[in-house]
Amino acid sequence: MEFFFEVLIGGLLAGVMYSLVAIGFVLIYKASGVFNFAQGAMVLFAALTFVSLVESGVPFWAAFALTLATMILLALAVERWVLRPLVNRSPITLFMATLGLAYIIEGGAQALWGAQVHGLELGIDDVPLEFGGLFVSQFDLFAAATAATLVLVLSLLFNKTRIGLSLRAVADDTLAAQAVGIRLRRIWTVVWAVAGLVALITGLLWGARLGVQFSLSLVVLKALPVLIIGGFSSVGGAIVGGLIVGASEKLAEIYIGPLIGGGIENWFPYVLATLFLLARPAGLFGERTIERV
Amino acid sequence: MTSSQSSTLLSLDRVSLSFKGVKAVSNISFAVARGEICALIGPNGAGKSSLLNVINGVYRAQEGSVSFDGEIRRHMRPQHAAERGIARTFQNIALFKGMTVLDNVLTGRNLKRRSTWIEQALRIGRANHEDDVQRERAEKVIEFLRIQPWRDTLVGKLPYGLQKRVELARALAAEPKLLLLDEPMAGMNASEKTEMSGFIVDINREYGTTVVLIEHDIGVVMGLSDHVVVLDYGRKIADGAPEEVRRNPEVIAAYLGTRH
Repeated sequence: MEFFFEVLIGGLLAGVMYSLVAIGFVLIYKASGVFNFAQGAMVLFAALTFVSLVESGVPFWAAFALTLATMILLALAVERWVLRPLVNRSPITLFMATLGLAYIIEGGAQALWGAQVHGLELGIDDVPLEFGGLFVSQFDLFAAATAATLVLVLSLLFNKTRIGLSLRAVADDTLAAQAVGIRLRRIWTVVWAVAGLVALITGLLWGARLGVQFSLSLVVLKALPVLIIGGFSSVGGAIVGGLIVGASEKLAEIYIGPLIGGGIENWFPYVLATLFLLARPAGLFGERTIERV
Repeated sequence: MTSSQSSTLLSLDRVSLSFKGVKAVSNISFAVARGEICALIGPNGAGKSSLLNVINGVYRAQEGSVSFDGEIRRHMRPQHAAERGIARTFQNIALFKGMTVLDNVLTGRNLKRRSTWIEQALRIGRANHEDDVQRERAEKVIEFLRIQPWRDTLVGKLPYGLQKRVELARALAAEPKLLLLDEPMAGMNASEKTEMSGFIVDINREYGTTVVLIEHDIGVVMGLSDHVVVLDYGRKIADGAPEEVRRNPEVIAAYLGTRH
């Protein structure tokens, strides 16, 4: 039983890492109804920029601030040259644009900082801590605390301020949002800048895990089942979805894996997501849209 | 003379608009007085909606200028128009369908907020009091247009006629100087039309809001408006009081299909 709980807790904490990636998607989806294909590239770009700065001797927090500033500049650039020319176009057009953007950012990141693998040390020992007989990874706990802080700040920003209402308005109908005087450009810039911050934090935590390298942009693939289960438009859903994916994949590996030859951790979340698509297409917390015909 | 004393709120001066060489509106001038209800009428494709879109900045006119409340400009963005006091509804209803009626109306109050987002997030300073005021104003508009029973319903679930009314409520919540209504009664039956025209007249009387509206139903238009502008093929063919316009042979030709 103790072993079960250890696996469960390990899985839940791993899930927090998936949630972090998913939150970046949710933010932009909420503000434009678009799945931002470039989120993974932004994670890579942020992590590479940070690591390269640190390696060239910039202190940790200065590098963090500089990278954040870079992500804000990126948000401004994206608004100016990608979103603004495509205002009032269909979501699929914007989606295609983010697809192109992903390649530009990935290419740009590697052209700027090179393509070699960097190690990233955040100064947290990855030794397990013992709680009443259960061993829990210290790094995972740190990641969970970071995610919790991030979610708290985001929910304050988006649920308590008019930015939240404006955000939903913009996602729903940009033309109408403009007509009631919502500053479309500012909303977009804010959202992409916040998504940049999330990308930076995701990049640091995942970078410390996997090393900062091109494959970092592929962690976003793990966000897909999280989003399908939790719902594309809910930060809370991204958290719950991440926890479900993390816990179920680890438990499945341990308890179902041996029966069918093992190695199921990698594809189990997608099976789970497929089942959710059949039963609850909007996810657990997603907005069910009403289409009148 | 300062702008607030001038009797003309909106005037268009030789406005022309074309899409890739196709003229939608050519050389149109007319003026709307403060406090009046002005109807834009004309057959389909006459350029009515295009003109409305020029007034609130969705389209940019290639020629001519628009003067609103003493400010002349060739082009303004929709957001700037909203800040200057122009609110509107759309022909195909542009509501935020995933939000409740109350939230939709609250977005109309968006520009009336003064507290910063930090104050709002932490609920300090002006934010608390302001929240109450915005909500109260929104509730008032909801009451005025008699949509209280649906205030917490998602807009997407409401029938068409009610959605039209919610859209009007959102526009009204902004306390506009000028209200642009693009076919507010399209697709309604006779009693719904009567109800809607009643609301428009009430808004005009109670708040003194100037209204420019597009409508096809000539009977409704004649009863409702102080001033009628008739467009046909992007040109203005008549402009004046309803009785005058009704007798105009060119208007009769445009509507009854007499040879041009």
